Amino acid sequence: MKLHGIHVPHRKNTASLPPVRPEPPKTVTIPMSMHIGRPAKALVKRGDEVRVGTKIGEADGYISSPVHASVSGKVQKIDEITIMNGSKVAAVVIESDGLQTPDESIQPPEVHDLDTFIDAVKNSGSVGLGGAGFPTFVKFVTKDLSVFQEVVINAAECEPYITSDTRTMLDRGESVFKGVEALKKYLGIKKFIIGIENNKPEAIANMKRLASQTDGVTVHVLPAMYPQGGEKVLVYNTTKKIIPKGGLPLDVGVIVINVTTLAFIAEYLETGKPLVEKCITVDGGAVREPKNLVVPIGTTIADVLEMAGGLKTDPAKVLYGGPMMGIAVPSLDSPILKNTNAIIAMDAKEAKPPRTTPCISCGACINHCPLRLDPREIARAYKLANAEELEKLCVDLCMECGCCSYICPAHRPLVQTNKLAKAVLRNYQNSKKEGK
Amino acid sequence: MNKLISAVSPHFHTPRDTQKIMLDVIIALVPAEIASAILFGWRALLVVAVCAGTCVLSEFLFEKLCKRDVTIYDLSAVVTGMILAFNLPVTIPLWQAALGSVTAIIVVKQLFGGIGQNFANPAATARIVMIVAFSGEMTKWVNPVGFFTDVDALSTATPLVAMSKGGDVPSYLDLFLGNHAGCLGETCALALLLGGVYLLVRRVITWHAPVAFIGTVALMSLVCGKDVLAQILSGGLMLGAIFMATDYASTPNTKWGKIIFGVGCGLITVLIRFWGNYPEGVSYSILIMNILTPYIAKLTRSKPLIGGVEQ
Repeated sequence: MKLHGIHVPHRKNTASLPPVRPEPPKTVTIPMSMHIGRPAKALVKRGDEVRVGTKIGEADGYISSPVHASVSGKVQKIDEITIMNGSKVAAVVIESDGLQTPDESIQPPEVHDLDTFIDAVKNSGSVGLGGAGFPTFVKFVTKDLSVFQEVVINAAECEPYITSDTRTMLDRGESVFKGVEALKKYLGIKKFIIGIENNKPEAIANMKRLASQTDGVTVHVLPAMYPQGGEKVLVYNTTKKIIPKGGLPLDVGVIVINVTTLAFIAEYLETGKPLVEKCITVDGGAVREPKNLVVPIGTTIADVLEMAGGLKTDPAKVLYGGPMMGIAVPSLDSPILKNTNAIIAMDAKEAKPPRTTPCISCGACINHCPLRLDPREIARAYKLANAEELEKLCVDLCMECGCCSYICPAHRPLVQTNKLAKAVLRNYQNSKKEGK
Repeated sequence: MNKLISAVSPHFHTPRDTQKIMLDVIIALVPAEIASAILFGWRALLVVAVCAGTCVLSEFLFEKLCKRDVTIYDLSAVVTGMILAFNLPVTIPLWQAALGSVTAIIVVKQLFGGIGQNFANPAATARIVMIVAFSGEMTKWVNPVGFFTDVDALSTATPLVAMSKGGDVPSYLDLFLGNHAGCLGETCALALLLGGVYLLVRRVITWHAPVAFIGTVALMSLVCGKDVLAQILSGGLMLGAIFMATDYASTPNTKWGKIIFGVGCGLITVLIRFWGNYPEGVSYSILIMNILTPYIAKLTRSKPLIGGVEQ
């Protein structure tokens, strides 16, 4: 069985550009929620001196993550900002002294078994850097190590434009394999698969070279067909295992970890420097010089665009992440988050929304859905608010990759309807549970 | 600084749209249109123009009257008009061609909700309506006469009639090139196949329905001891299989759905051709399978990748 997908323009303009590290910005705005789960609790107040790596937010509850200062300087204020899901969270605004002095407490963590490894990963502030932002350590928590059969390293990077993972594989390849060694040592996993789309020949060559020196690592070259990096698609294409609906990769014995996340963990184990900076791809029609930048977390998008060499024209739409699943930001004051891997500034022509016309029943949406859903039927059931039908159509399986909306010749808002339909189904299922 | 556009992902969209798809179908119909003019004379072009024009005009007027969005720019009405014209004899009175076009667009397409909503193929259904209403004119066949000649009224038999009633059947080459009596756009298999290949290359259609349709007719002809090649090159089979059994709205969307649809069309066509009263059954087979399409679609709906159970 072959999963469907779509051919999107690659536009990997920055693949051959090693990331540059510009001067740190004058201020950074670091939200206490840059991950899935509860926001961190701010540990600092106005006027506090902080250094690079000083912990400024404490993980609150189990699924949460600590937050660290990304510049050295003084806390200007604790602000409240609106984050992308619409909720308001505290954000620490730090005025940089420009020196980037590291915090003196930074030292390599003491790791000798699984528990100390998990603690270290937790303390590093690591979250899924590919985009989802799920706290990384949670993936490793288990009572029974035998459930971990294999690790799939997600290096597909199927979104157009983005090349930050490509750069990780080229510039930090050794770190990736040190991460592999750490997982072997502490989780006892012997089998590793690195999934890379075939449009990154240099990265594939480098990973294959390193894999030949390590036991148990294979490089799986994937077709350049979006969305190879979708978790369910990646796991199926590399292992032929199907993650059950509503389940996690671990249900089929697999841990999926982003290649940059793995490299970061390895580097943290060596240096103890927490997650305070990100390599991001800055590209899009409005950007004068597309490039990869390493910037402190909390740098505003406006500063990032300036660091990249400025804009050709006023941006009409600016995205966190790539054009297929990226989120359009409301303002350029929004900060770079832990899970930001790209800033795409689209010009007016690129951002022009397509004209929606009536459905011609061509079936393109059905025949391109990687998870074999029927977006046309889902839209019909959604219109009728028929939650039972939505349940039958498995709308809750939808990973919102956007293939249906991309491919629709009538440019109907299909994935958008799926999202709304998922909410309808969720409400229905919740009320059914309460009723019982 | 302008305000930033806020929109839900995806932020990329395919450049292909409905109009481009329909334009591709029109391009694919052009070889057969040229062939029809060469074979049956300039009047073939006139009939096509009248049908296409009437289709567009009736769609425009109906939508204006109903205060709906005007959809004539998507070119689907042009496609319907051209395909309907291809299904008519070149001698058809123009007012009858126009009436058929009105039927196709208003009764079959617009009354059911317009583009994408029609359960039956507008051209096939309108042709059937016309056969019932104007049976004399609709079965008046002439031999190809060349472009500059006005059609003479010397009627003759189509190859299918000749085959069932025992007459002179044209050579395979004549059948392939369209040099025989028949509807103006259906005779030249070569031109229709060219159009079909174009649609396949442009990914407007898939091979499933046409191959299943033509394949079934071929297989059944073989089983029933008929002349296989003559059967698949005669009548409206090529036109129906390539351009009508691949209509989006009135046929199934999935691979297996299309195959079942094509096989069903082939079986019904053969039933009518070999044992029915009519010499040709392509239009009827398509209409009947159109009606069965919702059931086929349900039967062959793609199964979501839910995992956890046996796939």
